Amino acid sequence: MPPAFRLLAAAAALALAPLPALAGKTLDAIKSRGQLACGVSTGVIGFSAADSQGQWKGLDVDVCKAIAAAVLGDPNKVRWVPLSSQQRFTALQSGEVDILSRNTTWSLTRDAGQGLHFAGVTYYDGQGFLVAKKTKVSSARQLKNAEVCVQSGTTTEKNLADFARAQGIKIKPVVFDKFEASLKAFFSGRCQAYTTDASALAFIRAKEAPNPDDYQVLPELISKEPLGPAVRRGDDEWFAIVKWTVNALIEAEELGITQARVDSLKSAADPSVQRFLGVGEDLGKNLGLDRDWAARAVKAVGNYGEIFNRNLGADSPLKLPRGLNAQWNKGGILYALPLR
Amino acid sequence: MAGRRRSAWLAQALILTAVLALAVLLATTTAGHLQERGIRSGFDFLLEPAGFALGESLLSFGPGDTTLRAFVAGLLNTLRVALPAAALALLIGIAAGFGRLADNPLLRGLATAFVTSVRNLPLLLHLLAWYFILTDLLPPGDAPFSPLPGVFLSKSGLALPWWGEGGFEIPQPAGFGLEGGANLTPEYLALLVGLSVYSAAYIAETLRGAVLALPPGQRLSALALGMTSRQTFLLVLLPQAWRAALPPVTSQLLNLLKNASLAVAIGYPDLVSVAGTSLNQTGRAIECLSIVVAVYLALSLIAAAISHRLEARLFRERGE
Repeated sequence: MPPAFRLLAAAAALALAPLPALAGKTLDAIKSRGQLACGVSTGVIGFSAADSQGQWKGLDVDVCKAIAAAVLGDPNKVRWVPLSSQQRFTALQSGEVDILSRNTTWSLTRDAGQGLHFAGVTYYDGQGFLVAKKTKVSSARQLKNAEVCVQSGTTTEKNLADFARAQGIKIKPVVFDKFEASLKAFFSGRCQAYTTDASALAFIRAKEAPNPDDYQVLPELISKEPLGPAVRRGDDEWFAIVKWTVNALIEAEELGITQARVDSLKSAADPSVQRFLGVGEDLGKNLGLDRDWAARAVKAVGNYGEIFNRNLGADSPLKLPRGLNAQWNKGGILYALPLR
Repeated sequence: MAGRRRSAWLAQALILTAVLALAVLLATTTAGHLQERGIRSGFDFLLEPAGFALGESLLSFGPGDTTLRAFVAGLLNTLRVALPAAALALLIGIAAGFGRLADNPLLRGLATAFVTSVRNLPLLLHLLAWYFILTDLLPPGDAPFSPLPGVFLSKSGLALPWWGEGGFEIPQPAGFGLEGGANLTPEYLALLVGLSVYSAAYIAETLRGAVLALPPGQRLSALALGMTSRQTFLLVLLPQAWRAALPPVTSQLLNLLKNASLAVAIGYPDLVSVAGTSLNQTGRAIECLSIVVAVYLALSLIAAAISHRLEARLFRERGE
């Protein structure tokens, strides 16, 4: 089984290899290698998935491209490392990837217990349920004694157990290691419900269901799933670069800096726009980068709003609403830390 | 002679020391690296609440129970499917082996077709095929098919009357499926059938080879004494062939035990599935993997020891 071998290999690398570069060395290593090693999923549409031409697309992919543009000046200088959910943390810890941008939930155990730093939240998600309409279930609380299909290797199984205990009902999980098998089992009628993050449920209902109208997503979200990129502990400089690039993408939307207007806005009068684009004040030197780093990131992939629309929102097959992921002044909770 | 034996001992002792030293070096380096990177390590997580539920378990198990109990439940699930599958594989294997050697061309053709088609496909395909045949074809859980009174077959599995907490119970419709009695899930059934059928094909071939290696006079004399071909096979040929077939059949059954780890592909909560979930909840990759390695190693060594004793007895009975 190749994934198991890869995991073993990564574990062996963790055991044997010399410690990967610490304290500021990640940036040097990326520069001398000329490539950012970015850990992505093995295929989650909208976040990170290879298209029919083998090009990686998605919100998590664009975060890595933005960082590559900021650091190396070229969004295409990225080595994509597809990782299963079991492999992902080991791959980051062992230095196989510089950044893990793989729809990963920021939680206390992962942050403090696994030697990681989360650099911010790029998507606020929550876990939900998909059911066949013919089961006549309209609320997750009616899932008493139900069998629920779920893919292993995520926070999903634990949330499901927590929800069942909180409601005082019994739910039987049927756990698969492969996404495809878990879906196939659900659509064959083996389980009364399917559970995963709500963003993925929308995609599953629209694209994988034999007939989308026969299925519905239940209204309840049973968990908070703030997803974001993570880096290894021990290199504060690299952590800062990733953190502030994520903030820059969100700030760019708030300031109205778009992919198309980056260059023309350099002559804008607004001082925060000038600061963002490195006109006059040089914020980049605090990060060990040049003054154009943020402008290059936005030029490469657009601001957060553009990234969202292209991969998850109106211009994508998923058509997800912005919801919580709108700017703080537009009814959402996205709030970029000030770039000044 | 004595000198050579002593130097062989010395060489073995040296190799053993080197291996142990390497293991200690590996463990300490790993622990050091983990600590240096701020990664929590150790086996303390085994005594903390698991936090996840299991779809089926011989032990009573809930999310409040310890991770250790989850591992034990996973191990019992592995054995619960592997042991009956081994027995089934032997029975089907003997039958198919007999069929392969039969004089009846229809029987021989069927057995050959069975062995050829089963042996030439990867096991994972077998499991997925059996699983999706079961879940696609069977009726939904709230409208089960009842071949016998009290026995229900549906996408939720095979429900049978069985002794439960309240004495002898007959499955009753409840909510989305049935409650009471015993329930064998489609995941369990597909794994049981897939594993036993797959191993049976190999066992059949091993037995055929062992029987063909016997002197032809054995079969001819048995037939000349008026035995039927089934009597000849079961009473004369099989007992003699068994001796040659035992070691390869044992390793086939060991393979079956290890192949049971493919369970997670079709949603059965075996040891590897539980370890995968625990790994993800706790992040203790090295710890969870080493538990799986240790358990499989122990199971295999136990099985090998049993087979060794069987072999020894078999050879002693023959006066060798």
